[in-house]
Amino acid sequence: MATRSELVGETAAEAPRRRLRTLAIVPAYNEEGSLGQVLDEIRAADPDLQVVVINDHSTDGTAQIAEGAGVSIVHLPFNLGIGGAMQTGYQYARDHGFEVAMQIDSDGQHDAAEAHKLLEPLARGEADMVIGTRFAGVGDYRSTPGRRIGMVMFSAVARMLVKLRITDPTSGFRAVNRHGIELFAREYPHDFPEVESNVLAARHGLRIVEVPVMMRERAAGRSSVTTIRGTYFVIRIMLSLFISVFRRYPKTVEDR
Amino acid sequence: MIPLRVSIAAAIAAALLLLVIVELIRSRRLQERYALLWLLTGAVLLFFALWRGALMKVSDLVGIKYPPSALFVMAAFFILLVLLHYSTVISELAAKNLALAQRLALLENRLREESPEQEPER
Repeated sequence: MATRSELVGETAAEAPRRRLRTLAIVPAYNEEGSLGQVLDEIRAADPDLQVVVINDHSTDGTAQIAEGAGVSIVHLPFNLGIGGAMQTGYQYARDHGFEVAMQIDSDGQHDAAEAHKLLEPLARGEADMVIGTRFAGVGDYRSTPGRRIGMVMFSAVARMLVKLRITDPTSGFRAVNRHGIELFAREYPHDFPEVESNVLAARHGLRIVEVPVMMRERAAGRSSVTTIRGTYFVIRIMLSLFISVFRRYPKTVEDR
Repeated sequence: MIPLRVSIAAAIAAALLLLVIVELIRSRRLQERYALLWLLTGAVLLFFALWRGALMKVSDLVGIKYPPSALFVMAAFFILLVLLHYSTVISELAAKNLALAQRLALLENRLREESPEQEPER
């Protein structure tokens, strides 16, 4: 495993734009309505990008669509939930030696055409993790009031707990370098991975950068977070946030 | 005072519990590491059911007026301990289960992609 100084030194010293081996992780659970379009968009935006679909034991045609698209597929033997599925993607990236891994939701809310915005800070060695933020003046994304309140609360708590400034901690549109891949392959939160993984990354000293991106409404299907259960989710996320701050983690990368 | 009948009944119950636990271990339906807490539970209950003076002292110490209630409290406390222990066991099993599922899925993926002749469309 390369240490962090080696990684940075390599990017800086080598040919100006050596392309980092990049993997797009697309976790999918019953997303037959949107997965095909998402995969098409990724191919259209960047034909060289390698894609792995993590099929979280879907019961619809998700697997067939992924197979038809000719991407690599990992079929989970039973439903693990988004956290377990994402971690599988990072393990895939680690095992196959990818230098950068990017998450793209299979519900179509992330625009693959903007993927390069996430990759640039990593390529320049300026960040270990890049989060695509929906509230930075780009796009016409409208969030529900509940989600907005939740996001404000989460960023406030995260800011207090780990001095982490993130305006959109619920964003699942993100990319990490080898540092983040190895961390997330080993340790990944399960219940509310987006919010908690920010804390996890910050606690392990990863440099986190936000870039403004456009988010769309889901192309198909329903968000796993509905308004009715929102409050319940907020309470549970808060609990897991506090736990993730006070938890002891196995040291996978040196803390800075 | 402790009614004698309470002590006798409690002692019989605790002895039965111990017997069942020992039999479960003997027949290998219960692993020793999970039986330890149960054995401790049975032993403590039996101890206080038989030694009435000790039960009196303990209840007096914590302000329980009716000593047999202290037996209930002890039993409840041990049941809580056992439950808590189970929660940690379940958490550990869930984590291992997750890791196994991920490992299996990744190995299957590798197997499929390294032997394309099995699936001609790939």
